[in-house]
Amino acid sequence: MSGTLGALVSIGFHGLAFAMVLYLISVGLSVTMGLMGFVNLAHGAFAMLGGYVMTVSMTRYGVPFLAALGLAAATAALVSIPLERLLYRRFYGGEELDQVLLTMGLIFMSVAGATYLWGPQTQHMQPPDWLAGQVDLGFRSFPAYRSFLIVCGGALVVALWLGLEHTRFGAQIRAAVDNLRMAQSVGINTSRLFVLTFALGSGLAGLGGGLGADLMAINPTYALQYLVYFIIVVAVGGLGSIRGPFFAALFIGIADTAFKYYLPELGAFFIYALTMMLLLWRPQGLFGRA
Amino acid sequence: MRSSILWRRCIIAAALLVALPLTAGQAQTTVKIGIINSYSGFVAQAADQMQKGMDLYVKLHEKDLPPGVKIEIIKRDDTSNPETGKRLAQELITQDQVQILTGVILSPVAAAVAPLTAEAKVPFVITNAAGVSIPRMSPYVVRTSFTLWQECYPIGKWAAEQGWKTAYTEVTDFIAGHDSEAAFIKGFTDGGGKVLDSVRYPMQNPDFVPFVQRVKDAKPDVAFLWVPAQTQATAMINAVRDLGLRAAGIHIVSAQDLLPDEELPHMGDTPLGLITSGNFSVAGDRPANKAFLADWAKEYGAQSTPDFFSVDGWDGMAAIFDLIKSTKGKFTGDEAMAFLSNWQNPDSPRGPIKIDPATRDIVQNIYIREVKQVDGKLANVEIATIPMVKDPWKELNPPK
Amino acid sequence: MSSEATRAATVDAFARRHRFRAIEAAPWLLALAVYVVFPRYLPLGAQILATILFVLSADLVLGYAGIVTLGHAAFFGTGAYTAGLLAANGWGEPLSGLIAAALTAALVGFLSGLIILRATGLALLMQTLVVATTLYEAANKLGRWTGGDDGLSGMVVWPIFGMFRFDLFGRTAYTYCLVVLFLGWLLARQIAHSPFGRSLTGARENTSRMHAIGAPVARRRLIIYTISAALAGVAGALIAQTTSFVGLTSLSLERSGNALIMLIIGGVGRLYGAFIGVPLFMVAQDRFSKIDPVYWYFWLGLLMISVVVFARGGVLGLFERLWGLRRR
Repeated sequence: MSGTLGALVSIGFHGLAFAMVLYLISVGLSVTMGLMGFVNLAHGAFAMLGGYVMTVSMTRYGVPFLAALGLAAATAALVSIPLERLLYRRFYGGEELDQVLLTMGLIFMSVAGATYLWGPQTQHMQPPDWLAGQVDLGFRSFPAYRSFLIVCGGALVVALWLGLEHTRFGAQIRAAVDNLRMAQSVGINTSRLFVLTFALGSGLAGLGGGLGADLMAINPTYALQYLVYFIIVVAVGGLGSIRGPFFAALFIGIADTAFKYYLPELGAFFIYALTMMLLLWRPQGLFGRA
Repeated sequence: MRSSILWRRCIIAAALLVALPLTAGQAQTTVKIGIINSYSGFVAQAADQMQKGMDLYVKLHEKDLPPGVKIEIIKRDDTSNPETGKRLAQELITQDQVQILTGVILSPVAAAVAPLTAEAKVPFVITNAAGVSIPRMSPYVVRTSFTLWQECYPIGKWAAEQGWKTAYTEVTDFIAGHDSEAAFIKGFTDGGGKVLDSVRYPMQNPDFVPFVQRVKDAKPDVAFLWVPAQTQATAMINAVRDLGLRAAGIHIVSAQDLLPDEELPHMGDTPLGLITSGNFSVAGDRPANKAFLADWAKEYGAQSTPDFFSVDGWDGMAAIFDLIKSTKGKFTGDEAMAFLSNWQNPDSPRGPIKIDPATRDIVQNIYIREVKQVDGKLANVEIATIPMVKDPWKELNPPK
Repeated sequence: MSSEATRAATVDAFARRHRFRAIEAAPWLLALAVYVVFPRYLPLGAQILATILFVLSADLVLGYAGIVTLGHAAFFGTGAYTAGLLAANGWGEPLSGLIAAALTAALVGFLSGLIILRATGLALLMQTLVVATTLYEAANKLGRWTGGDDGLSGMVVWPIFGMFRFDLFGRTAYTYCLVVLFLGWLLARQIAHSPFGRSLTGARENTSRMHAIGAPVARRRLIIYTISAALAGVAGALIAQTTSFVGLTSLSLERSGNALIMLIIGGVGRLYGAFIGVPLFMVAQDRFSKIDPVYWYFWLGLLMISVVVFARGGVLGLFERLWGLRRR
């Protein structure tokens, strides 16, 4: 393949992989914020938890790759349930500032907790043998692990969208995001809906954290380090939407990668400038409600 | 009868009064040492390594202190924040009355603390912060770690000497990165090479693929890829792996930050053949190093690996201990600086080191290391030594 | 009337107009007491006072105008770098440095406010974040002037009025910050109790009704944003001058976030939240990190969560509830 085209393909490919990880982590945050009106800044901590569970179980206990992924998602989901029941639910629809303080406090505790449990070092993940090396697609070869990320991410995205459209649970979520009062008066058990949605979102974040451990290094300050990315994806995508964060993540993942390739000096600026302009044009995000 | 009891008491009291000055001669001298480290924040891992090196030295050598002299160590967390670091230094000096300040990972913190040491005349033994001009900020600063010019100039020269004609540099966009870039370029061009382009990436950068792609497109003979140690190092190596940079025939060089000994076992096979310059590798073949590694494993377990942060901290403590031993724990700031400016340690785990009295900065061997398989694991094997390198930046930029 | 009586009557009228309550003297008396009782803690004290001014400025936009911002450090940092650059390039006079800092920060606040204040909610939050991050990246890029990551050193701050040197024990710094904070507080208090300030509260609670009665909401939000930016800039300059150092951390997300946290702990929109939240947070931070340098984040996080769960509305909110109980 010629130089420029080859570079473009490479950019697009890697940007897509990054976008998938961002999406998996951020979609839960978007739905939670839209559904429960809760600003969960500590969302990244669930991704971090998933990342730690995955890397530690693989390196220290030799758990195979796919099982470790499942474990990561399940742990994040399970941990989120008592947190939601005991702490978060008191603040739904309440003062944003209270939510900010609460979740910032949780982030701080997560930093200290991770340092205590696993030390300050960065955790490493070695992709399993069947995903190491390159995948040859004829015209070009791609790193196998990133290809897996894209395929996996894509499959999950499709599953989520289909689930939202075609299951009763999905319909309940859509209804509740649209109009909570109405949904309650129609008999939807919003309390149970909240905890299930929260667990689902956190589990996805854990999965994203584990899958993306290669890209977004797992270390105790993870939740703080990548907070800005998650917030940008949610703000640009629109709250309460499942599609929105996908396009936002694509935008961030690919545009960020492209800008850094063509204009490395200003790479960081562009994403922020674009975010600002996009939000000025459409303050509710791409798919949010005005 | 009563008067004899009284007399007895008087005699006992007098005896005590006379004895007291005699025992006062053997009274304890306590030397207070203040360590400012970044225990929390993004450099916690480096801070942990440095602290472990310092603690190990203290533990092993506390018995070497002269009789009647003991040390008291006070640790403070600057939370990676220069104003906090400065305030803590102020408190350590005025409240705790430390006689020596040491530690500091981040250059901005060191830069904030340095002027204080001049005002208070307290010696400051920097065990990491690598900013080139920091020792000039105060006559009471001495450094036992390294500067990036010291590390990267030699490898630039060495790369040109390998017959590699073109280079492409990529560094992180902050002062440490700029230093390493400027040093490599000077070394490489001094050796007759040509630098094709220089790129800088933002500090917070999760994915290095777009930057490494640029290198691949430019097809230089050698690529100088620098990141600060820890989290970014693995991300960079992953990008190198994913884009198959080595397979494209491009040599990759960096400073030791890219391949810290701690991270190396977790990077898979990609680092094989990568060349870095540094002041310390666990694979260094010296008796002092072997002893150091054995002591480290005994104290911290076989799973734990020291790296250059640890050794720099270890040597800083060694300098302080030597000062205390030679002055029996009593010294003024000026006496301490006279000693420290001329301090040397021919037997450090990293080889012979000394302080240059003219600059109060460290002079040490810089090793060119290549990653090879040793006993089934990857290690930074020293393949060349550039002996007793002084900081080139200071030589090129004499004080005005 | 005799001059005695005139004076008494004037003071009386002044006090009544501004409704100074006796208890409002408490923080200042406390600050003076600290100077006497804790002479070794003055550097920390000076930093606390300057931070109170910063958080107070954040209270103006957050508590009174309802603008949730994660980028207030933009103005703090602008002020800090202004004062720093002046002192590092030959003009070390502190008071004029403060004024320059206030003006520069106000300008940045005004311009950024013009662009972003039309947004609300999460979009506005993002915008404030973007502004602050852009300034942070710019400060890093312009390293040749700002010192970049290493920070701006070589600042030479002249003695105040040519007499009071900034000493190692922090005495001058403490007094300097105290006086500036006092003036800033007077201004903030004036705004809060004025019709302008109350109209802001109205705008926060019910924007559509404010529009309906013809109050120029957007313009007032911009004005308070600018004033708040100026005060934040002064706070930044104070820190710069008293530590003779400016680093990139003066523009960081962490600084903005911490300000928010300190304000919420103290109590938002009650003017004194900053006076309670800041010392509480900073002293706790200092104590915890001395007890356990590695794990103090944990205790801090726990403190923050406890405040939210048990003391909604912050410490001042707690006081209000207790006071209310007492009345009954």
